[in-house]
Amino acid sequence: MSNIENVFKKGKAFITYITAGDPSMETTIKLVIEMAKAGADVIELGIPFSDPVAEGPVIEEAHARALSKGITTDQIFDGIKEIRKNSDVPIVIMTYANPIFTYGTERFMKRCQEVDVSAVIVPDIPFEEKEELLPFCQEYNITMISMIAPTSKERIRMIAQEAEGFIYCVSSLGVTGVRKSIGNEAEEMIKLVKEVKEIPCAIGFGLSTPQQAAQMAKIADGIIVGSAIVQMIAEYGENSVPYVYEYVKEMKKALMCSF
Amino acid sequence: MSKARFGIYGGQFVPETLMNALIELEETYNRYKEDPGFVNELNDLLNNYAGRPSLLYYAEKMTKDLGGAKIYLKREDLNHTGSHKLNNVLGQVLLAKKMGKSRVIAETGAGQHGVATATVAALMDMECEIFMGKEDTERQALNVFRMELLGAKVHAVTSGTQTLKDAVNETLREWTRRIADTHYVLGSVVGPHPFPTIVRDFQSVIGKEVKKQILEKEGRLPDVVMACVGGGSNAMGIFYDFIENKEVRLIGCEAAGHGIDTDKHAASMTKGTVGIFHGMKSYFCQDEYGQIAPVYSISAGLDYPGVGPEHSYLKDIKRAEYVPVTDDEAVEAFEYLAKVEGIIPAIESAHAVAYARKLAPTMDKDKIIVICLSGRGDKDVAAIARYKGVNIYE
Repeated sequence: MSNIENVFKKGKAFITYITAGDPSMETTIKLVIEMAKAGADVIELGIPFSDPVAEGPVIEEAHARALSKGITTDQIFDGIKEIRKNSDVPIVIMTYANPIFTYGTERFMKRCQEVDVSAVIVPDIPFEEKEELLPFCQEYNITMISMIAPTSKERIRMIAQEAEGFIYCVSSLGVTGVRKSIGNEAEEMIKLVKEVKEIPCAIGFGLSTPQQAAQMAKIADGIIVGSAIVQMIAEYGENSVPYVYEYVKEMKKALMCSF
Repeated sequence: MSKARFGIYGGQFVPETLMNALIELEETYNRYKEDPGFVNELNDLLNNYAGRPSLLYYAEKMTKDLGGAKIYLKREDLNHTGSHKLNNVLGQVLLAKKMGKSRVIAETGAGQHGVATATVAALMDMECEIFMGKEDTERQALNVFRMELLGAKVHAVTSGTQTLKDAVNETLREWTRRIADTHYVLGSVVGPHPFPTIVRDFQSVIGKEVKKQILEKEGRLPDVVMACVGGGSNAMGIFYDFIENKEVRLIGCEAAGHGIDTDKHAASMTKGTVGIFHGMKSYFCQDEYGQIAPVYSISAGLDYPGVGPEHSYLKDIKRAEYVPVTDDEAVEAFEYLAKVEGIIPAIESAHAVAYARKLAPTMDKDKIIVICLSGRGDKDVAAIARYKGVNIYE
């Protein structure tokens, strides 16, 4: 069993996303450590890409800000190494196919293992292309997280069968970003997954409020929040750490109360 | 390994949300591509609406002036809407109708593909939205108005470099937002499978016609077939039927901008490396960490950091050659063709004309070159004037 899967044994998992290097790697390191203290169970760390096609404007701009400061994949791995001096919170890298492929997929996964990254999420590698990464993930014991979307329909069965760690359920159509209301497609999607395989399902895309967290926790094993946190970082920059800490704490509380 | 690779290139590197739409497109295409009803409907539109077959014109004055190989121009500029783009759009919008879609979206660089999409959307009663980099809406302002005239909504894309690459990003994002009633009419032989195959097939009418026409005129195949390459749709279209004829040299001309030794070019074949972007594995201009480079060309249609996966394959197996052509050379060729032949080419196509001017004099007089004149240059007149320091307002 993947070590990331163990996280879900403790209850509903709260997964937070930030873009590494936005506004600086020093702030990213502090944010990861503090989010973990505030109750985040898993941290998704984004390696910025020049053209993040699955992202809405908030995270797209975070990628652009980080890249404009000259952040590189190597600096991010070094940063994770720093984090490991203070925190053993499970870290998942979220990035696009090209930064991994160009870095050298094997070299990338080897470095993931060295700094104790648990898993990777790559939104532009669908089921049909996973052979691009999977052999190297397996070699270095990195879990490759599968995504399902409201349009997946009958594909869910096929994806779930081979999924590991947890399944990332995209709550609704479109790109990342805060949404006022989340449809109920996720419930049906998760039901389909569980018919095939007993694997944790976490819902992401659009979630930002404690109410949404509580509502989604009823149907899922975890929730993922990105844009709402990245928006705070955009607003407060280097000073965002206490704001993010409070927000994570509040969200985690909502999640705990949902039982 | 996924379907429809060209060697190691191609694939379907897109978010899960889009996968079922790509599968539906592939299935629909496979069902209709040889269906007599569909083929007749498309051919009727190509002949009676687009104005095909396009002429294969012997450029006698240019030939004599250069003093070498005989030069023929495949006149895609005479297509309705002024470029080869319509060939693909007619096919794809017909497919969209078969899939029951009521709305089409598309990216555009120079505006040629946007205009073609808006045109066919008007003809076939489809809702139409076009995504165009803000910088391109400025350098091709006339085409923006033209698309609006045709009933399309044009979105100026302000993210990233505000050019073709960002227009593709935004169209992909829009497709993930609204997919049930919407078909993405991709304009080049790029993107995830099955687009590179579908677009190539719809554009291969160019090469099929050339083969027939040159056999009628010369009784033999040409020695060289050449075209400009951005994403590479007109090149793939004219190359495809000649791939099996190994004696025919295939040459793609890519945008070298200010020069391939500067950082202002879009020469993904000459200077790029293999990467994964816009749904495909192919050659891209990028840095060592896989960040896509902000490319540059005077030609909005060639101002793209990647190239279609089949071109990457043809390059690797050495079946086609790819050469860089600078802004200056293209502008000179633009003016040259206007003065010598009375034909104003699109600045994209002028890249191929420019290389022909170098190549033809080195070849014997009994040799034959066919250049794909992919579009007409009316849209570029104001930009070329500005390039030469003359301030013309459209």
